[in-house]
Amino acid sequence: MFAEFGYGILVVSFLVAIYGVIAAIYGAQNKSATLVESARRAMLLTFPLITLSAVTLIYLLVNDHYEVAFVYEVTSRSMPTYLKITAWWGGQAGSLVFWSFLMSGFASAVTLRKWDRDIEFLPWVIVVCSVTLAFFLGLSIFYENPFTRFWSVAGGVEPHMFAPANATLFTAADGNGLNPLLRHPGMIIHPPMLYLGFVSFVIPYAFAIAALVTGRTDDRWIRLTRRWSLWAWLFLSFGLVLGSRWAYDVLGWGGFWGWDPVEIAAFMPWLTGTAFLHSVMIQEKRGLLKHWNMILVILTYSLVIFGTFLTRSGVLSSVHAFAQSAIGPLFFAFIGISFVISIALLIWRWPELRSETEMKSMLSREALFLLNNLLFMSILVVCFWGVIFPLISELFTGQKVTVGPPFYQRATAPLFSALLFLMAIAPLSAWGHSTVQTLGRSMWKSAVAAAVITVALFFTYTKSIPALIGFSLIAFAILITLQEFWRGARARQKIQGENFFTALARLTSRNRRRYGGYIIHISMALMAIGILGINAFQTETQGTVAQGEELNISDYTVKYRELASWDNIGEGVNYTRAVVDVYRNGIYLGQLNPRIDYYFDAQQNMTIPGNRSTLRDDLYVLLVDWQPVSSNGATFKVYVNPLVNWLWIGSLVFFVGIIVAAWPDKDPETEVVRARRTVRQTSAAD
Amino acid sequence: MRKTLLITIFALILSGSFFGRAFAQDTTPPTDDEVNAIAKQLFCPVCESTPLDVCPTEACHDWREQIRTMLSEGKSEEEILQYFTDQYGDKVRATPPATGLNWLVYILPPTLILIGAIILFRSMREWTKPKTVETGVGGEGSATPSDRSDQDDYVARFEEELKKRK
Repeated sequence: MFAEFGYGILVVSFLVAIYGVIAAIYGAQNKSATLVESARRAMLLTFPLITLSAVTLIYLLVNDHYEVAFVYEVTSRSMPTYLKITAWWGGQAGSLVFWSFLMSGFASAVTLRKWDRDIEFLPWVIVVCSVTLAFFLGLSIFYENPFTRFWSVAGGVEPHMFAPANATLFTAADGNGLNPLLRHPGMIIHPPMLYLGFVSFVIPYAFAIAALVTGRTDDRWIRLTRRWSLWAWLFLSFGLVLGSRWAYDVLGWGGFWGWDPVEIAAFMPWLTGTAFLHSVMIQEKRGLLKHWNMILVILTYSLVIFGTFLTRSGVLSSVHAFAQSAIGPLFFAFIGISFVISIALLIWRWPELRSETEMKSMLSREALFLLNNLLFMSILVVCFWGVIFPLISELFTGQKVTVGPPFYQRATAPLFSALLFLMAIAPLSAWGHSTVQTLGRSMWKSAVAAAVITVALFFTYTKSIPALIGFSLIAFAILITLQEFWRGARARQKIQGENFFTALARLTSRNRRRYGGYIIHISMALMAIGILGINAFQTETQGTVAQGEELNISDYTVKYRELASWDNIGEGVNYTRAVVDVYRNGIYLGQLNPRIDYYFDAQQNMTIPGNRSTLRDDLYVLLVDWQPVSSNGATFKVYVNPLVNWLWIGSLVFFVGIIVAAWPDKDPETEVVRARRTVRQTSAAD
Repeated sequence: MRKTLLITIFALILSGSFFGRAFAQDTTPPTDDEVNAIAKQLFCPVCESTPLDVCPTEACHDWREQIRTMLSEGKSEEEILQYFTDQYGDKVRATPPATGLNWLVYILPPTLILIGAIILFRSMREWTKPKTVETGVGGEGSATPSDRSDQDDYVARFEEELKKRK
């Protein structure tokens, strides 16, 4: 009953979305405001419809309807209710519905609020959003239907949406249970964040396409979608950081980023998105790079769809898996067609998108931004090629290959370093024109300070040259950015006569985009400390020890005290938990409890590290194996991960920065009134 | 005499082989860290994207034990890696060996990046070169900051931005 209802609603929303596409195109072509308005209402209607279908799915999940294949796959009776709800995005079929839900929500938000402001864009924005939505709904309806049920037929049990002849509904006693790896809080929030980021990038793309179709070649589409892009970027970044944290806490291999194709799939739209955020500023300020921004937003859209496909299906692991999966070729067809149409539109409008001004200097900020774009695109090339190459190799030679972490590390390290350097100097350069002298004069103090720090690190911390180069770049970037804050605040202090901190706060709040950006820059440099730390200085050891024996690593001693194993029937988990004492240079620091959780329903182990985290380093202890009680031996793997905490600190600073940059402005009108009032007040106070 | 010589030679050969074996067995058994150092560079064909040293599956455990055995037999790191490559194909290596089509892995990204850089620099020169003389005088860039302190330049720039905001 419920399954049919949910499915029926999906079909209806699919039809409504298709209608929206047709009505919008027809309306735009014939200049029929009524039809466009009808398309807009269709767009708005999809949201409550898909919500209803999603609620139905959640109802089935929460109430143990194991006759539904998806419910059977991702939930079990022992799972708490909140996990049953979040299991919605724990499997492919559900997460596609989740995608549609977000897409219709965002598209509604766009067409609901201030939609009449730039009315000529409207039909085409509806077309893009509805086509995307219809594609995902179509996948759900025809290929990855979350409402498919089990039926007992002559040959056994088969999944079908509707009853085959002579079949009865089959209900399993209990479900498979969500993959234990996905029951971690990080993994509960991580997919929605990633998807929020993915889906919100569709909006700038929709406006870009609308601008191309309508021939409005100014930067209106960019200004309209600036906040969307920033929020999309926020969610995507948030999703990536949460995913890393999850990997660090749950996957039990001592790191947070393994250059796995799935991670890279989420990282690639972030790369083009970041390049886009930077290069649109050039168009806004200088009217340059109109073509390039279009290319970037089109690429981002394609990579978003590609990423959605890759993160869930994992079919890129082999050509055969790809060919066998029903949705793989469809995804590629959709990406291919939308890409070709977008590029064709761009070529059609190419002559009209000529730059309004000329670039004046190789050292101008726009030139440095272009370099930044080059670097982001280079990292993208490395990532894309690394992900795609195993397929190409298999296709042409039949030989399977692995493109693993060493490839990416070697290829991207210099590129990331160059980005750090650019991040440091670009804010100092002026729009239009800079010279070596002006740049040099504004950066020499920071450069000297960074050099002093590097020398100090050489004597106290490390003799590794690549690491020292990394540290010096990080120090340089942070110092210069702080100096920018300082100079800005001093300038305000001089002009407005405020005290330093008021000046700093006002400076930031008046130029939120710029200073929010600087805060983000600082956060990136802080995160770079963590990334550099774990990549350059991670040490590890593994050994089997009896009770009372110890393992030594750098200046830490890990002493195995005891181990206990017990079942928690209610949760359906067996816990094996070791107690180890930690000493540094002979001083007792406390105990850690690495454990292995065995989930009965999923028949799967999870290795949860015992982690002692400080600003200096993390001591990360894994319980790898243990012998039967009689011999009292256990195998531990111990990592020392220097500086890794700075990654998480940096990500917190990052959120502050992006909130500063992306927080909605007041309406321009009220802003003016408020500004006037402030001026009056200040003059009255004087 | 001849007999004793023969016996001596025989004994020497025997002892030589014996000592040789004893020598190999005499080394301390390979530590987990030595095993992991090699396992780190390998991926088993089944567990996608999980290096062998951290893969928790039973099959990977067996592979690690195999590495341990080979180490205790005195095999070198390169020999062990080669053994797994011969047995299971290039896929077990963390990065493809640079042979045949695999060259593309290493060649293509730098080539594309280089082409991108060349295109960028050429177009930047095209954009900047001829026009600097014409527009550089009267355009926005006319404020040559070299005769003023950068601090004042900044204030000016900043005030301008503030004005724009209002």
